[in-house]
Amino acid sequence: MRNIGIWLIRIALLLLLAGLFFGHLASESYRITEPKSGVMGFLSLRPLHVSSAYLGIITAGLGFLTLIIQKKRTSQFGTFLQYIHFTLWIIALTGIFYSYFTGDFGGREYWEFNPVWALPIFISFIVFLIFYIHQIGFKVKWPVYYWMWLTGLVFFIFTFIENYLWIFPYFREHFIADMTIQWKVNGSLVGAINQIIYGVAFYLMEKISGDEKSSYQKLSFAMYFLGMFNLMFNWGHHIYLLPTEKIIHYIAYAVSMTEWILFIRIFYKWNKQIKENKQHYYFFPYRFLMAADYWVIINLGMALLMSIPAINLYTHGTHITVAHAMGTTIGINTMIILAASFYFIKPTFLSKKTLKLNSLFFWSTQLILLTFLISLIGMGIQRALWQVGLKKSTFSQMTQASSLWTLLFIILGTLLMIFMGYFIIYLILKSLKKNQVT
Amino acid sequence: MLNLFAHPKRIFFVLFVCFIAFSVWIYAIPLFSPSQYSEKELHLVAEGRLVWQKYNCHTCHQLYGLGGYLGPDLTNVYSKTASNEAYIKGIIKSGVKQMPAFEISDKEMKALLHFLKNVDATGTSNPQDYQPEILGTFSLEKK
Repeated sequence: MRNIGIWLIRIALLLLLAGLFFGHLASESYRITEPKSGVMGFLSLRPLHVSSAYLGIITAGLGFLTLIIQKKRTSQFGTFLQYIHFTLWIIALTGIFYSYFTGDFGGREYWEFNPVWALPIFISFIVFLIFYIHQIGFKVKWPVYYWMWLTGLVFFIFTFIENYLWIFPYFREHFIADMTIQWKVNGSLVGAINQIIYGVAFYLMEKISGDEKSSYQKLSFAMYFLGMFNLMFNWGHHIYLLPTEKIIHYIAYAVSMTEWILFIRIFYKWNKQIKENKQHYYFFPYRFLMAADYWVIINLGMALLMSIPAINLYTHGTHITVAHAMGTTIGINTMIILAASFYFIKPTFLSKKTLKLNSLFFWSTQLILLTFLISLIGMGIQRALWQVGLKKSTFSQMTQASSLWTLLFIILGTLLMIFMGYFIIYLILKSLKKNQVT
Repeated sequence: MLNLFAHPKRIFFVLFVCFIAFSVWIYAIPLFSPSQYSEKELHLVAEGRLVWQKYNCHTCHQLYGLGGYLGPDLTNVYSKTASNEAYIKGIIKSGVKQMPAFEISDKEMKALLHFLKNVDATGTSNPQDYQPEILGTFSLEKK
């Protein structure tokens, strides 16, 4: 096993495939009316779906970083750290899935496995941080994506410790403080992982365009710090309804609104964006970066509106939030992962026929994802109307009333599994071919 | 002003320190808010939270709109009906629709009910109880 980076990417792709599959099985629970126990019950399927997707994204981020930085410096110590990290990561993944398949829960949302498996994750991240600093060093001036990766690693470690503060009774005894910390963690952890994934996107764009200057520009750093600032302080928009300290809500509201800068900047750069799209369109890895850019517009727009407390009051706790979460994890994170995977595994196609077929699958995936998110928003609107009392019915009657949206959600979810699954399986198979990985 | 971004190390350090300070303040909030519960009751609440996690209740249910979507929000389920405890016990023991019946011990049930009672007393998760304000915020409607 000489190239650990590519092994991490293969595992990440497998996890993403598992995430799609478990998501499809879990979605069936919305249609059935009888309870199911064991692995096929929703109690196991939802954690399996969420953790597979979440861990897939994290593993992919670490895989791309390894692939990029392992060539920077060759030393026995570096190789040793890589092996230690990889071993710990495999132990953690094995333990997590063992925990889910045997019904040994006890953790919290997104991390439902037995907390003992958090330990190898935590140590592996410490080892990876040492490996990262060892490989890069501080001698040369860092491009912005090096800072993004460092931010992702450091904040993941810090927030991951916070993620298990509930072990101490002091925190569990005070429900409001405990929930505040839980959603501080969930918000910041996603932000930390986004820094790693968006850093990979920045790196790819630099390599594709050949423009190395933009990675050192002050404006790029300004945008990076804006992202970091949001990672640290905007998580409070998850808990506007929770009666915690009001100042936490106000800080989150104010900080979230700074993202209008990013939104306005996208439209300011619109012409440049279109020109760039046309220039690189036929380079297949770029296609997914382009898709991620457009999903950023949709999801950032949604996030900005949902971060206004008076709007959040009505969208919170509905499937509109799920649409946003799915939009970012599939539309942005997974598109960047596919872009980077194609870049490192299969950047070009030899035949026009293969390019055409892949283009067809690419556009079908985008269309299915869009309609899938619309179906979730439809379900969300039904629930929002019920929550504000515009529909006088029981919870059960409300879910029955949105059965058409639910059916659409299940069908489109299945199609999404097939179309995205195609790309994932294609990449796994190509990665196994000798000398394929660049 | 943009010259500031020529020194990423310093900004990174300052922001990180601010984040740590903000986090420590959040951890300390309970120390400055007097509790109306005895130590024994608080212990039961903490145990109840573990039961909530052990049986993955959040997979389907929400507390303050946070959690799963398959079942209803349970923030105020404790005060929903007159015979609340018997009603909650019945649902947990026998299951309903997609929800399976849970084999939960009496000790665990007691802790879970205490936890739900504690959650219920903290406030309301019903959007109808809140009033949007002109600045885009909202406040609890005074009845």
